[in-house]
This record gives sequence, structure tokens and C-alpha cells, in this order.
Amino acid sequence: MDTQQLAARLSKAVADRTAIDQLSDDAPDLDLAGGYAVQRVLREEAGPLVGWKLGVTSRAKQAQVGVSAPVFGFLAGANALDLGEPLDTSQLIQPRCEPEIVFVLGRDLAGPHVTAADVISASSGVAVGIEVLDSRFRDYRFTMADVVADNTSAGRFVVGTPVPPASIDLRLVGVVLEKNGEVVATASGAASLGHPAAAVAWMVRAMAAHGEGLKAGEVVLSGGLTAAVPVAPGDVVVASIDRLGTVELGCR
Amino acid sequence: MPVTDAPAKARALYDARRTRVPIPPFTDEDPSLGMADGYAVQKELVALLLADGDRIIGHKVGLTSKPMQKMVGVDSPDYGPVLASTVYRDGDTIPLGSFIAPKIEAEIVFVLGERLEGPGVTVTQAHAAIAGAVAGMEIVDSRIVDWRIKLADTVADLASNGAMATSSRIVPLDGIDSRLIGMTLTRNGELIDTGAGAAALGDPVAVVAWLANVLGENGVALEPGHLIMTGALHAAVPMQADDVFRAEFDRLGPITVRVATGSAGSESGA
Repeated sequence: MDTQQLAARLSKAVADRTAIDQLSDDAPDLDLAGGYAVQRVLREEAGPLVGWKLGVTSRAKQAQVGVSAPVFGFLAGANALDLGEPLDTSQLIQPRCEPEIVFVLGRDLAGPHVTAADVISASSGVAVGIEVLDSRFRDYRFTMADVVADNTSAGRFVVGTPVPPASIDLRLVGVVLEKNGEVVATASGAASLGHPAAAVAWMVRAMAAHGEGLKAGEVVLSGGLTAAVPVAPGDVVVASIDRLGTVELGCR
Repeated sequence: MPVTDAPAKARALYDARRTRVPIPPFTDEDPSLGMADGYAVQKELVALLLADGDRIIGHKVGLTSKPMQKMVGVDSPDYGPVLASTVYRDGDTIPLGSFIAPKIEAEIVFVLGERLEGPGVTVTQAHAAIAGAVAGMEIVDSRIVDWRIKLADTVADLASNGAMATSSRIVPLDGIDSRLIGMTLTRNGELIDTGAGAAALGDPVAVVAWLANVLGENGVALEPGHLIMTGALHAAVPMQADDVFRAEFDRLGPITVRVATGSAGSESGA
């Protein structure tokens, strides 16, 4: 099973809105590098890109799946929801929502030694966001190579109004996720790799190995801050982050 | 039918506190025991502790998160007194020997500025009565063996309160949305968990209103200066000797405690 064929399976799952078995069932040799190769094929077919996203950024999740580093994927412009725009769940397979801190790049940023401080100084804004995950694999069961191939379960995303990052301690900002008026989870920004900017810096360093980097104007979803909550038509999800604001997402 | 031997049950808990030998859950013997029975025993236990010279300096509210309520099978919080003998300060060493099976929780603690007496206290009134917030940690402990608690057991056992530690800087709530106060908990420098104020009943200020209204039914008021512990913002973490726990709250600052072997007596606050 070659990279193109694996990518085609995932593309078909998206088009059919039907979950598939994990790729590693038929491609037991698929490793992390192979997963990124599949993701690159999907990226070339995805149309204009608007940014990037991180996954597996919580230490608890890393310990749970037995890895010590996060993973990353790309954001296709076609998958951006605008503020107030409802999520059409019929376009997705098994959507789940999670709150994230989003960085908006004010200038290009690349290199093998980028740190959290570089990420903050390169960002023109930070915002609250909701990522809608939608694993193409049945019941979200996958290996790390699978989830990387599947563009780290990227589905849809919505980004709130950015505010200047200066003097906000993103480690400590409180994060509240509500569904249908009930608090379902809380966190602080540190839930993503100890500091969300550190998570982004990790990604920039990982991209540097392939000669890639972040471009001015791109957005980066810096990793889920709580467990993701499943959504169905009629649900309303609200993500609030202290100092950054609130984003509301209605599902139909 | 209300519990008939509340004094004996209170005495058993009182002895377990002194000897640090836990007792079987009351609900093993009588599964029908409920919340009212628990409070009847708690009242007797508090009387015993006050007779020893202790003082009530505030209240703790527990079971304020949905996951905890589900675990114990209730849909409301519970409460117990905070005793003067169990209060530690930022930087203090907490002796494991003073407890049976202690766990630590980071909590937002309010200092009351005005008297609040229910029923009928609104969240807005509670907010107005709060002088400010401090960073807090609760050491929860169970005098019931292996934390095998049902609602009546934990309520009787002072809502499983063991001790508390608070920072000293009282931060007024003006302009602060206490739902969104973020918190990180580290153990020996390693991030263990994070949370935000909304984990406590959706809003820690709502916890104060709830407490004032429940106590008001018994003619008890919250007094100026009282400390109100508003409930854990994360899952409780077991404590071991030589652990250093640090909770940092956005807008409120940090609080650090060390854990040591040994028992109370030599350390400040105990």
C-alpha cells in the first residue's frame, strides 16, 4: 500500500462521510514519517492553506498513547468557519469540539531553534478558537502514524477576534468549555505542553527539518486544552478563555 | 427515619481523627443513610471538636463538580466547617502523619467581607459580600477506610476535609470573572493538572450563595472574615513525603506547600 493509495483512502472517507479502519491495519509498517508523507499528499490536494494545528499536546494524552512529543497538521481555508456560522454536522463523520488558543502570525517564523518567546514576538494576535475534530477512523481508534496521516483529525475550526499577546500569561489564562449551557471541562493555557507558545515553537522546529516554516498571516491552533466533546445537531458549544474572549458554535 | 446513634458515630469519627485509624463506612451497616443523617453526625462531631477548644473559621464546599457528584451519586454539593487547627500558610510543611490518606486539591478561597445569611441569597449578593479571593489548597482526607465513601459517610466526616492552606494576599474581585481564573498545579516542578474557576459549580461565587442558603435553613450565617473554600478545580492528587505542590492562580498568585513525614506539633499552623 503506497502513500498515494493511503491518502486516497482518507480522501474517500471525507467524501463519503464514512469512517474507515485505521490505515495501519493494512499498512503495518506505516511509521510517523510515513504518516507525514500521507498528510503531505492530502495537503497538496487541499487547496489554499491558512495555517497549522497541533495535536497530542497534553502530557496526560502523551502518556496515555505512549509518546513524548506532539504532532501537527495543516488547516485548509475551506474548513474555516466564520464567527456565527453554524457547524453543519452532516458534512462530518464524528465531530468533537475542543477549545484552543490560536496564534495569528504577524511575520514569517522558521528555524531549528525557535522558542516560545520567538513565537509570541512573531504573533500579531492571540485568540480563542474552537477546533472541530473529525477523525476519519472508526471511533477515533488509531496509531500515532494513522492520526498524522489523517491530518491530526482536522475537521473544521473557528477563530475569535485576536487580541495583542503582549503581557498576557497564556499559561495561566482560564479556559472553560460549555455545551448546551453546562460547564463540561475547564483548564488553563498550560494544558498544552506547559505553554501554548511552547507547543507552537515545537512545531516550528519540527517543520524546519523539512525546510518549512510559518508565514505571516497564518493561524496556528496550539492544541486542545480539554478533552474534546462530541457534538450533534442542536448542540451549542461555547469556549471562553480569560483575556481572549468567547466563541460560540451552534451545530445543525 | 433519621439516624438514631449520631453521637456514637461522631465519637467513632472523632477517635479515628485522633488515632489515624480509619473506620468502616457507616453505609456498610445501614445503606439507607442519606444526606440528613450525615449532617446529623457532622453536627455531633463538630461539637466534640469545639469542646476541645477548636474554632470554626469558615466552611468548605465539596462535590462542586459534575464528575465528583456523579461519583458519589448526588446532584448537589456538600459542606463542612473549616477548623482553626487545620489551617496552613503559603510555604508551610504539611506533616503526612497528621492524616490518614491525604490528597491535595487547588481551590479558589474567598474571604467574606460582610455577613451573609440565607435563604434567598443571590449570586450577586454573594459577590457583593466577598472581600476578595486568595489562592488555596485543600488537603482532603477520609477517616473512612480506603476512601470507600458514600454521601452520608463523607458528609458525616466533615465533608472529607483534612486541612487547608491559603496565600495571604486578598485580591478584590472587582473586574475579575472568577469563572475564568486559570490554575496550574505542579508537583516537584512537573505540571499535573490545570483548571479554571468554572469547575466549581459553574462559578465559585455561586458556591458561596449556595452555602449561605443551605446554612440559612439551619439559622447559621456566614460571618465577616470567614474563609469559604469553593471546591476543587481538578481531580485530587495523592500526597507523598517530599512532594512539593505549587498551585498558581491567574490574578491570585501562587501557593506552595511541602509534604513531610511526621505529625503535627512542630510545624507552624498545625
